[in-house]
Amino acid sequence: MIRSGLLVSLVRTLRNIGHRFTDSVWRLGAGTKLFWLTLISSGESFRRFHLTVREIYFTGVMSLIIIIVSAFFVGMVLGLQGYNTLQKYGSSESIGVLVALALVRELGPVVTALLFAGRAGTAITAEIGLMKATEQLAAMEMMAVSPISRVIAPRFWAGVIAMPILAALFSMVGILGGYLVAVPIIGVDAGAFWSQMQANVDFRLDIVDGVIKSLVFGVACTMIALFEGYDAPPTAEGVSLATTRTVVTSSLTVLILDFVLTSFMITV
Amino acid sequence: MTQNIVEIDNLSFGYSGRMLHQGINMVFPRGKVVAIMGGSGSGKTTLLRLIGGQIKPSKGQVRVDGEVVHQQSREGIYQLRRKMGMLFQQGALFTDLSVYENVAFPMREHTKFSESMIHDLVLMKLNAVGLRGAHQLMPTELSGGMARRVALARAIALDPDIIMYDEPFAGLDPISMGVICDLIRTLNDALGATSIIVSHDVKETFLIADYVYFVANGTVAAEGTPEDLRQSSLPFVHQFVHGEKDGPVPFHYAAGDYKQELLEFTE
Repeated sequence: MIRSGLLVSLVRTLRNIGHRFTDSVWRLGAGTKLFWLTLISSGESFRRFHLTVREIYFTGVMSLIIIIVSAFFVGMVLGLQGYNTLQKYGSSESIGVLVALALVRELGPVVTALLFAGRAGTAITAEIGLMKATEQLAAMEMMAVSPISRVIAPRFWAGVIAMPILAALFSMVGILGGYLVAVPIIGVDAGAFWSQMQANVDFRLDIVDGVIKSLVFGVACTMIALFEGYDAPPTAEGVSLATTRTVVTSSLTVLILDFVLTSFMITV
Repeated sequence: MTQNIVEIDNLSFGYSGRMLHQGINMVFPRGKVVAIMGGSGSGKTTLLRLIGGQIKPSKGQVRVDGEVVHQQSREGIYQLRRKMGMLFQQGALFTDLSVYENVAFPMREHTKFSESMIHDLVLMKLNAVGLRGAHQLMPTELSGGMARRVALARAIALDPDIIMYDEPFAGLDPISMGVICDLIRTLNDALGATSIIVSHDVKETFLIADYVYFVANGTVAAEGTPEDLRQSSLPFVHQFVHGEKDGPVPFHYAAGDYKQELLEFTE
């Protein structure tokens, strides 16, 4: 009796694992298909660029406050922590380099992507999910207008365009935050702060790599948000679950992609 | 030009191993208002989706203006849909666009009309449904009946040959119901279009329909003019038309023995 109970429980566990696995593979396939359809339906987003500009406003401009405020505090913390460590080695003038490199290479693209997923990604998922639930996408289809080229593609390109700009702003404001803590408050020499930064931050290796990262994160976060919305069951619970999945999947994807990209970019 | 703008031939459709329709035949003559009626879950809306090419039949075919819908490419289906307008159950207005922009949407997408022409056409369509004065409102500011009328103005924006209505009377107050009822008939006659109404509201539908199909158990259970169906002695039609609670469609969902189910429950 106990043995048969264990067997049933084992079968059930295996079945659940199998179901989750096949579901993940299906979702990956469906997401890739949507990505491909979005790419080949992108002409409209550029021919009628005002559609994309409108979405840049909603995803990019509306995310500015959270990006700027977060960047400012992240920069200030970096300034404090960096100074605390560097002064032990007598190189507190290098604080400008530390803050700049940390922001431009890593924190700028990564934290921006995480904040973007939480602010703009969830908004995109909820909007698309609700458009589906209220038959707006079906209505568009029945009007012979492709929802992919009219709704999905402009949002996709808006996210891809907005992310590097937001990441650049994050790094800039973060550096200002670090400067504020290091120079006026702690008393590090302003000339050393800026000149060391200028001398040690490489345009190709640091700034361009950071931009590449933010572009990749832009593609990943926006596509995940769009897919989750497009695939959401048309119910309140379905949209709510999809929104949660957007944040979880985007965050994990950004962190994993960051490791992969960094390992390719860093020449040992 | 074929006499019937839409023809459904021996159509079967199902999913997950369950057949929803089996061998359905229907014709929709040009210029007429034809209703598809039946109980909830009888697959009425699915028939509209089959006509619109949103889903493919398992067997048989749907022809719109002589073209077999499911044999068309995506572009071909889009070409056919340009001949159709559809009013969804809840209106399905774009919530981020104003009433004016909702009605202008199909014109902006499919035509190269000048802004002044779009302006005039939008106001004419809104005037036809009595909502010209509401053109600046957002969909969230509209009542259910108003939203349905704006959606109707949008559905007729490009003067379609076929107008499909999915439960146009559901959830409306009697005044709005009367307004929509009148608009369906008036617009159909004014535009020379063909209207397909999916509904279970007998009184309103019988008032405006030229011909009615009753769908039950996946087949056409009855058909005829509203007057024919009112006089029908078929048990299902009689129960449906007169709103009787019991009959061929039972009041109780299939269940086991009532007494036994009550007695067998123990803590």
